[in-house]
Amino acid sequence: MERKIYIRILKDRLFKIFIILFSFLSTLPLFFILFHLIKNGISSLSFEFLFNLPKPVGEKGGGIANAIVGTFILILVSSFLSIPIGVSAGIYLSENKNKKLSNVVSMLVDILQGVPSIVLGIIAYLWVVRPMGRFSALSGGVALAIMMLPVIIKSTEETINLIPESLKEASLSLGVPYYKTFLLVILPAGLSGVLTGILLGISRIAGETAPLLFTAFGNPYMNLNIFKPIESLPHLIYNYAKSPFPEWHQKAWAASFILILIVFTLNILSKLVVKRWKVRF
Amino acid sequence: MHGLKRELTLEIVFKKVLSLSAIFIIVLILSIFLTLIFNSLPSLKAFGLKFFYGKTWDPVFNKFGALPFLVGTILTSFLALIISLPFSFSISIFLGEYFREGRISSFLKSLIELLAGIPSIIYGFWGLFVLAPLMRIVQMKLGFTPYGVGILTASIILSIMIIPYSASIGREVIELVPSEIKEAAYSLGATKSEVIRKIILPYASSGIISGIILSLGRALGETMAVTMVIGNSNVLPKNIFSPSNTMASVIANEFAEATGDLYLSALVEIGLFLFLVTFVVNLVGRYIIKRYTAV
Amino acid sequence: MESEILKIENLNAYYFDNHALKDINLKIPKNKVTAIMGPSGCGKTTLIRCINRLHELSPGARVTGKIFLQDKNIYEMEPMVVRRKIGMVFQKPNPFPTMSIYKNVLSGYNLNGIRLSKEEEEKIVEETLRKVGLWDEVKDSLHKRGTFLSGGQQQRLCIARAIALYPDVLLMDEPTSALDPISAAKIEELILKLKENYTVVIVTHNLQQASRISDYTAFLLLGELIEFDKTEKIFTAPSDPRTENYLLGKFG
Repeated sequence: MERKIYIRILKDRLFKIFIILFSFLSTLPLFFILFHLIKNGISSLSFEFLFNLPKPVGEKGGGIANAIVGTFILILVSSFLSIPIGVSAGIYLSENKNKKLSNVVSMLVDILQGVPSIVLGIIAYLWVVRPMGRFSALSGGVALAIMMLPVIIKSTEETINLIPESLKEASLSLGVPYYKTFLLVILPAGLSGVLTGILLGISRIAGETAPLLFTAFGNPYMNLNIFKPIESLPHLIYNYAKSPFPEWHQKAWAASFILILIVFTLNILSKLVVKRWKVRF
Repeated sequence: MHGLKRELTLEIVFKKVLSLSAIFIIVLILSIFLTLIFNSLPSLKAFGLKFFYGKTWDPVFNKFGALPFLVGTILTSFLALIISLPFSFSISIFLGEYFREGRISSFLKSLIELLAGIPSIIYGFWGLFVLAPLMRIVQMKLGFTPYGVGILTASIILSIMIIPYSASIGREVIELVPSEIKEAAYSLGATKSEVIRKIILPYASSGIISGIILSLGRALGETMAVTMVIGNSNVLPKNIFSPSNTMASVIANEFAEATGDLYLSALVEIGLFLFLVTFVVNLVGRYIIKRYTAV
Repeated sequence: MESEILKIENLNAYYFDNHALKDINLKIPKNKVTAIMGPSGCGKTTLIRCINRLHELSPGARVTGKIFLQDKNIYEMEPMVVRRKIGMVFQKPNPFPTMSIYKNVLSGYNLNGIRLSKEEEEKIVEETLRKVGLWDEVKDSLHKRGTFLSGGQQQRLCIARAIALYPDVLLMDEPTSALDPISAAKIEELILKLKENYTVVIVTHNLQQASRISDYTAFLLLGELIEFDKTEKIFTAPSDPRTENYLLGKFG
């Protein structure tokens, strides 16, 4: 009798150790990646690196300013395209839960989220690059916008869902029309949630490369024109990593470090937004 | 009242804008689907079903068979899934049963979130410059050609990437197990691990399965990390150390340079196939989860 | 009876197939407090939500019949207009969390785009807050958010917000049930004062409250209006045995 219980307790302890061990083991890659990024990337960081344009291979120096600017421009274009539609659709889904259209759209949003990013790159190519006859920041922005949409829609929907019905009724009972109730009372109350969704969407696409391979395409020069090809951080990392030049590999490490910094900052920002602006009920 | 009329019109406009944006989503997905089909037509007409079991991918002679990529995709995805399973499983139980709240829980959660936030390209880059050299050493020791890159390397990177995703689904699923049945088991003298293995897991099995299916969908669509470490070879892989290509990575590697309508169309057809497969996988996964959470 | 301000005629209300209100005919007198009481599920909340047309926003909601606000059928008016004339205070206080106390009081005007001069604004704020007995407590923190107030104070703020629009009728849905006894008492005092200028219809499941503050009482049971009369009469000599049983605590 006692031996059997003893074995079971042993099994129990071992199981727990196994679980804890494997849980933390799976986070090891995080530390390795960060370690390598910092170790290899920091040495190349300098003002010149951040603010200069790339130099041809063989020449020393040069930077990634065009890629950093390009990433920001792409973020702007895709936000401009996806935020209005995303927020509206999110509001619709939250306010019309019982309608058939709602259920269909909800399912489609989930599916949209699962579409591989490379396929969206193909789509942006066929819809924008081909008719335009050239690669452009705009086409890259379109692909990224389609990727951002589901994130924004879902977080907006969830945010509005969390706002108590009593708030809406308080406004309606004052005779305020529905649209004003929404724009002036409900949205402001849910602002932190909507903003968080936007920030999360941006951090998702900031590091995306696949859809840009044949849309935004890359550009060794600084470009602010959305109808022309544009460089971006992830794309530059890809190019440099593939290349046979060690100087470029070095730059790729540094650029990766910057990219991770941007992504993690966006993440922290979204948490701060929630902390400071969240309206409690 | 002039003001009232204006309000009423704005009311209608607002509601219309909302429903239009919802309809836009439907239009968007349909357009994506139709565009993919339309642009795959040349390839569909030229190869039909042979496309999927043809093993020659030859842009020069305009002969396109996608079997190598199908094999590459299936191998990497399933291998990644298998490798990741013990880890995401452990995390799900850790956060779902052992440490539901508290500082340890938040700590692990933040780590997982950070892992999930690392862009695909950085995984690929790190894989190429850190993991591949390690793999080369292993391959040399084992007597295989030291490519470094290849299916196994890609699977390892892929598994690291899907762990956060499958772990979070797993955790949610486990948290949903009602405490009544757990308490019933404890009150009969079961140990915690027995409750987990014999009560929680069986109960949550459908949810866990859907989590696995959804992670598969994630793995299928992952592009950049795989592209950088899979070795870019268009022939059927011989073993898990061979270089290969997945459906996503061949598109990434060749689309920009694809000359000729048939070549492009073949790549689009692969994209169409990817779209349909992830569509079905996601649909099935979500359907199972809905049934599980509704219970 | 004294002049009536609301006339409810053959009102039937439904939630999908659920017949929540059955053929209600009721006249609400002006400048009096009318209590609507009855056991849970009798339809009293549904009734007042019909009066300010909030009921129709619920899923599956349907209404037949007429409600006249001073000779005009509210179902022939725009809901928005109805709600500006008929205010509502809810069970759980719901001040707007993103607005200051000052702005909360004026929200009926601001949200509706009605422009007021600074003097008018300040006059309305002070007057309304005095009416609800909050002025002295908050006059130095008018521009702080309303959410730091206690439950009772928040509810008084909500009442202020509603009466700032000078509604013809003020509907109150169990306004004190979420409050502590002291705050509840203060609000009951307030209601008695309000009837000088407003007509109050209050839903309550608290019999003592109904007898304390109302002039007229309506008793609802399972969606039907059983009895309606002066409060004194209902509580001392009800005509219908069902009313009597309810009052004696035999059910509900």
